[in-house]
Formats: sequence, C-alpha cells, structure tokens
Amino acid sequence: MTVREVTPAEARELMIRGAVLVDVRDAPELLAGMAQGAVHVPRCDLAARVPELAPDRDRTLLLMCASGVRSQLAATQLAALGYVDVRSLAGGFTRWRGEGLPTTLPRVVGDLDTERYARQLALPEVGEAGQRRLQDARVLLIGAGGLGSPAALYLAAAGVGHLTLLDDDRVERSNLQRQVLHRDAEVGALKIRSGATTLRGLNPRVEVIGLEARLASSNARALLDGQQVVLDGSDNFATRYAANDACVALGIPCVHGSVFRFEGQVTVLWPARPGSAGPCYRCLYPEPPPPALAPSCAEAGVLGIVPGIIGSLQAAEALKLLLGIGEPLVGRMLRYDALQARFEEFEVPRDPRCPVCAR
Amino acid sequence: MIVVRIPAALRGFTAGAHELQVAPGGTVADVLAELRARHPQLVPRLVAPDGTLRPFVNVYVDRADIRSLQGLATRVPAGAVLSILPAVAGG
Repeated sequence: MTVREVTPAEARELMIRGAVLVDVRDAPELLAGMAQGAVHVPRCDLAARVPELAPDRDRTLLLMCASGVRSQLAATQLAALGYVDVRSLAGGFTRWRGEGLPTTLPRVVGDLDTERYARQLALPEVGEAGQRRLQDARVLLIGAGGLGSPAALYLAAAGVGHLTLLDDDRVERSNLQRQVLHRDAEVGALKIRSGATTLRGLNPRVEVIGLEARLASSNARALLDGQQVVLDGSDNFATRYAANDACVALGIPCVHGSVFRFEGQVTVLWPARPGSAGPCYRCLYPEPPPPALAPSCAEAGVLGIVPGIIGSLQAAEALKLLLGIGEPLVGRMLRYDALQARFEEFEVPRDPRCPVCAR
Repeated sequence: MIVVRIPAALRGFTAGAHELQVAPGGTVADVLAELRARHPQLVPRLVAPDGTLRPFVNVYVDRADIRSLQGLATRVPAGAVLSILPAVAGG
C-alpha cells in the first residue's frame, strides 16, 4: 500500500482547509521544535487517540515525523483502520524547518510544568497523562463575555493548550461587572485582544487564538471544525442555534450555558457521544422565542456572579470531556437559582423527530 | 399539594412569586388552568393560542420533561414539583 505524500507547503494549505497535522515523533525529539499548528501524538499512542483527531474518519490527517519514514508507516496503519485520507509529510520536520515554515518550541516533552499543575497531577483521574491531554486539547469559546470569562480563565489555568476565543465585540464599561476576563484599562479594546492578554498573563504556555467573528449558520462549521469541545457562552438565540447545528454536524460536544437575571442553565449537548447519544439544543428547546418574548440580559439585567457560576460549571464539564472522566452532563440539565440558592436537575431527552440530530 | 416553580423571566406575571401551590388531582393542563385563573397573563407565555406548549418553554413534572410523557395531558401526582423553564440566551 502506498501512502500519499505532501510537501510542507501543501500541508499548510490543507491545514487551512481543516486537515490536522499530527506529529508522531517521540516526546524527546520535540526538543528540536514542532511545526506550528501540529498536534503531538506519539506513534505508539496513535491508534488509540486517532478517534479524537478524526471522529468521522473522513478528515484529512497529515502525519509527520523527523524525516518522513515513520510517518509513512503510521499512515499505512491508520489507512488500515479505515481512515480515508491519510497523508505523510515528505521530509518530515527536517524539511519543514529547512523550508523556513513556522515552528514552535515544544510544549510537551519531559518539561511538563509539574510545579504549576502539581494539584492536578496529584489527582489520579488527571495525572501526567491527563495533563498532557489537556496540553494538546483544543477548545473554542463562543463569546468572551459573562460565561466565557470564567470558563476561559479556568481552562487556561488548568493548562488546556489551545484556546480559541470567538467574539466580535469590544469591551464596554457595563461588561466589567461580570466579564472578569477584561480589565478597566481595556474598555474599548476588542474582547479577543483583551481576553488573550489576560489569559497569556495567567498561563503563558497556553496558545490563545482570537477570532474576530460573529458565528452564524453560514460560517459556523468552518469556525468550529477541528475543536474537541465547544463552549457556548453566546448572548443570543441565533448564535446558539447556529452553534448547535454546526456542532451536531461536526460531532463536537457543545457545553451550553445561559443566564437570565438570577438564574442559569447548563447542559452538555452531544448527539455524537460514543455509546450513548445525547440530545441537541433543538431537542431541549425546539425553537427560539420570538424577540418580543425574549428579553436580553441588557434589558433584563443579570447578577454578575450568576454567569460566573454557570461559566465555571461549563469549564468543569469541558475539562471532564477532555480528560474522559466522570459523568458528563449529557441528557440532563442543571438549573441554578441564586435567589433561592438552589440547584435542580432535569432530564433532557433526545427528540426522536429532531430535525437536526435525529438519524 | 403541587408546587409550581416560576422562573425569574416569568415572575413579572405572578406578582413576583417564585412558587405557587395548586391542588393536586389533575393533569398539567389542569394546573395551567388553575394558574390562568390566578395570573391571567402568565399562561399565554407558556401555551400558544392553539393550545400547544410553546416550543421555547419546557415544563417538567419533577425531573421529567412533559414532551417525553403525555405533554399537557401528563398527570401531576400530589407532592410533585412542576417546574417551568423558558429558553434563555443570556451570556
């Protein structure tokens, strides 16, 4: 069986179109540097971890090693497992660097920041393997606002390696009462800039990508593709339904949070969950309310701590999903009422006639 | 009795009350009829003019979504908690 080869330049083009570049070298080799945007999965772990890279087996996988030999062998192995489009980077990292393409210094290797993550590494459910999973993980946050702020802070602090903030708003003074990612001095700045500054200050090793965009049905799939978990902290129904539909199509779990005045709701929407499919947002709420029946937070007000709590719960769910531990909030919803100091749990059944996720 | 929990978004229609008590013995529709008598503006937020539950409002009898049961015809046993949850979008 022959494996298709690509040049480094071709690989860069394919990555823009959604291909994932997987570096299969062993950890110590990464001291030489990595191709920018590559995900490190050692060849010995590849078969076990490829489902998280390409859940649908159709995704283009570009494998690379030091010189292009081991990546060919690994590509043959993945093709035999049913992955449709697996290619090997000709010349490996040596050629990538030789052609002057961007590289990054290693994040993985034996230099895991054991001091920073000591309290997490002490948890048997996380440990070194879990911490490395977080370091390689990709999470996108829709909205760097009331929900996205605490979520992004805790995900960055926990060492989630690649965080994407998606927001096209600028920081307003009225945001600061709850959007704790932003500082008074940043009023007027793009939230993705302000947020990235704060997150890099908290944990410089985390890669923070800012996307100045508004998610809509026309661009949602392109924006969310390649993420392992999406955290929906948006502030309007149009974005929420667009995010849901794209996550369903891409098989990505969407950690939903929403708040109103003194109350919040949080749930994990994941129809593609292996072994036990969950509902999607349209199963939970089939249609958005008409604008007249849906006051926004701007009109209704919200106590700042409420998105703080709900966004933190979203971060907890995202971390559990990335680590594969515990029981995710799939098929059930938590509702928090700050005034009554009460959490309630409700069942969220799948809708067998759901127009989006029913098969 | 049956306890009906009113979400913040709808407390403007219940004079601020977050909980209402209703006599048991009927269905969700019966509970809503009783609520309509006390708070006429509340129920139109939950039920469309054609009598169906609005698609952006969920009603739970204890933990169960009535859409997965018998809808508005779902029986509400004595001691149950009937919770109303509208979709909210704030972030």
